[in-house]
Amino acid sequence: MNAETKLRRGLTHLEQLEAESIHIMREVVAETERPVMLYSVGKDSAVMLHLARKAFYPATPPFPLLHVDTTWKFKDMYALRDRTAAESVMELIVYRNPEAVERGINPFDHGPLHTDLWKTEGLKQALDKYGFDAAFGGARRDEEKSRAKERIFSFRTTQHRWDPKSQRPELWDLYNARKARGETIRVFPLSNWTELDIWQYIYAEDIPIVPLYLATPRPTVERDGLILMVDDDRFPLREGETPVERSIRFRTLGCYPLTGAVESEAATLAEVIQEMLVATTSERQGRAIDRDAGSGSMERKKQEGYF
Amino acid sequence: MATAFRDVTSADAARQAVENYLAANQRKSLLRFITCGSVDDGKSTLIGRLLYDSKLLFEDQLAALQSESKTAGTQDGGLDFALLVDGLGAEREQGITIDVAYRFFATARRKFIVADTPGHEQYTRNMVTGASTADLAVILIDARKGVLIQTRRHSYLVNLLGIRRIVLAINKMDLVGYDEGHFNEIVENYRRFAREAGIEAFVAIPMSGLKGDNITAASEAMPWYQGPTLLEHLETVPLAATREAAPFRMAVQWVNRPNSSFRGYAGRIASGTVRPGDVVSVLPSGQTARIERIVTFDGDLSQANQGQSVAVTLDRELDCSRGDVIVSAAERPALAGGLSAMVVWMSDEPLATGRSYWLKIGARTLSASVDHVDHVVNVSSMEKGDGRPLALNDIGHCAIRLDRPVPALSYSESRVLGGFILIDKISHATVAAGMVDGFTEPGRRKDHADAENRILWVAGPANAARTAFAAKAQRRLEALGRSSFVLDEAVLRSSLSSDLGEGDAARAENVRRAREVAKLMASAGVHVLVALDVTPAEAFPGRRIDDSDMGQERTDQWVI
Ligand SMILES: Nc1nc2c(ncn2[C@@H]2O[C@H](COP(=O)(O)OP(=O)(O)O)[C@@H](O)[C@H]2O)c(=O)[nH]1
Repeated sequence: MNAETKLRRGLTHLEQLEAESIHIMREVVAETERPVMLYSVGKDSAVMLHLARKAFYPATPPFPLLHVDTTWKFKDMYALRDRTAAESVMELIVYRNPEAVERGINPFDHGPLHTDLWKTEGLKQALDKYGFDAAFGGARRDEEKSRAKERIFSFRTTQHRWDPKSQRPELWDLYNARKARGETIRVFPLSNWTELDIWQYIYAEDIPIVPLYLATPRPTVERDGLILMVDDDRFPLREGETPVERSIRFRTLGCYPLTGAVESEAATLAEVIQEMLVATTSERQGRAIDRDAGSGSMERKKQEGYF
Repeated sequence: MATAFRDVTSADAARQAVENYLAANQRKSLLRFITCGSVDDGKSTLIGRLLYDSKLLFEDQLAALQSESKTAGTQDGGLDFALLVDGLGAEREQGITIDVAYRFFATARRKFIVADTPGHEQYTRNMVTGASTADLAVILIDARKGVLIQTRRHSYLVNLLGIRRIVLAINKMDLVGYDEGHFNEIVENYRRFAREAGIEAFVAIPMSGLKGDNITAASEAMPWYQGPTLLEHLETVPLAATREAAPFRMAVQWVNRPNSSFRGYAGRIASGTVRPGDVVSVLPSGQTARIERIVTFDGDLSQANQGQSVAVTLDRELDCSRGDVIVSAAERPALAGGLSAMVVWMSDEPLATGRSYWLKIGARTLSASVDHVDHVVNVSSMEKGDGRPLALNDIGHCAIRLDRPVPALSYSESRVLGGFILIDKISHATVAAGMVDGFTEPGRRKDHADAENRILWVAGPANAARTAFAAKAQRRLEALGRSSFVLDEAVLRSSLSSDLGEGDAARAENVRRAREVAKLMASAGVHVLVALDVTPAEAFPGRRIDDSDMGQERTDQWVI
């Protein structure tokens, strides 16, 4: 943000969100032993990483990035991830659950097990393996109704369980990061950002994002009401299915066979924001994960340790 | 806001439109508010309508709302706005502690963060949490019911947390025929109460969340009301202006040392303004330096204001680390060795006076103990009751001892540096929140002497009589809010000293063990009543008490 314009008035809402997120990150670095930033390559991760660079400037953020990989992300995501790793001087740890690798777990044959083994178990294993005691995640409270009451610091037991009864009240901006040995914290510095805030900030700060967020013709099939992109030849076509070119973009990015696209002509960031402002569909609708078990499934996933 | 974009199609036009929008957003500010109401006052409906009317609902959310409204059947086929925010019931059943839910909406002028607290048992704790970050409070009143005891509770808490902008939302006006007289009467009632409660100003708005009167559009049913709608008021109420006149204060969160030639102090400015060249002091050391640079990722600044996260460098090397506070040297606060504060207890486990807790204030975490509770406030009547150990949802005025000095800043001076939390050293739970309102000067450390003074040797020759007297003394201690423990023959002989036989050597060993246990317990903040047969010479450290010490004027000497 233009430094000099801040002089003449109070902070704008984006400046205030930025200052708060920076404050949170610095608290975590000061009060925990071995923090890590979960880097999922999506737009929220991009913003989080950008804020981290601001928080610790001129130092490099004093923690590594962790990508809990599923091997089923979009090709474009891997490309941006590797470019970010090369350009930033931060260490990038890519972790793949060896059991999932060995069993060849995939979203087509294994359903919910896919998310469970790659992401939920993968994250726990990675935290254990490297001994991280705090992990930054990019979740926001506006993503869905049930996230509205999430705390910014979320405590997990030594078994990575989320114990709903022992979460702590958060007053002012005094965060209590104390914990017993073996316990871990998930920290959500973007809690108070909305999807629109994220897009505006990406635009204003010119933050690199995966091109999949911008519309262009891509090979797709329509399945169970979702438009899926055929990102590589691992995508098993059902009988009678042939990929169709559609101009699509993504509101949110996960594993490509699980992430629904929206049809759109918005080929630039400005056009995406424009579409946002005429408000069409809230972003979680594009994620198959929430539909697995109807409402309440997010809650269950969280108790199991899914981010 | 949204409609302005509908006709724009080409990329260039979109860019232009978004540029305009973002330019307008440069002036967009952030207002946090809390809504307070009892169950069924219409809080969910009101918040739902604000979300709905600010048009930031997405199509799928709208579709869901329509179908859920139909299923719920609450509004005769109309939309039930309450369903937009009703995320709290299910979690409550699952036993999940929800203190506050945060909702977001925005207009062209402001972004809003609404702290919505579920109105059940944990009300005080939840409301205090939600209010701690709010700039404004919307206090709901059901027009049929008027000012209730709950209204008084809400108002007291809002005021306690330092919220100075209060909207009295007199809701469900449709159910009282939109009657002006009725509205005025409630406002008058509230005004009387507000004066008592020390609330300086409030804005009263007659409304119907259900029918949409005076929420975002002026009510046609109440032409007698000339004031702003709720949203208009929220959009235009002046925010705590960055008072440039306020003295500069910033807690150091983290020392930024990427290499030996750079040493930056990172923090978020709690108040005031800072410029290179300003003379500052670092507290508590009191060392002074000049600000050299204000360093940010976006370039060095020539000035930074309240609320900004920055890193500053100083023109000379001095001792400054996390938790220290950098302040304007010209307006440097004194140091406090002890605090007095209003404390809200948030834990199921009650306060133990004398016990050591972590106290986090600014970026500093230190050891602290509550010496005593002066009084406990009855939140409904606002009356002060006798001091006693605070239990869940109690609010009391406490004297707090610190293991090292902090800048003497009250909560009314600085919400950022005058508020603190207490953390249990064993469970790590956040057990209390406090708002500083007074200080004691930093003195010599007398914790050690105090600990020893908590050891009380109960005199008297007969076992039973000593034990009875110890029990009496214990009741006295408990009544005054002290935690205590009785070490008598029975307790010791059945546990710690079960291996000892009879005779002088065994007796002396028993006393020695009791003394060591008493010292440990006393240093943990507990008064220990040692009811053993000892000579005056053996009664050390600590003091001997007998029946004559039970009088009011005498207890002051041994209840510390
Ligand atoms: N007549 C009328 N009813 C209302 C109004 N606001 C809310 N209600 C009704 O009051 C009941 C409680 O409302 P709700 O918003 O759930 O209250 P909450 O418990 O405070 O969140 C519901 O039946 C609402 O439809 C209002 O302005 N007028």
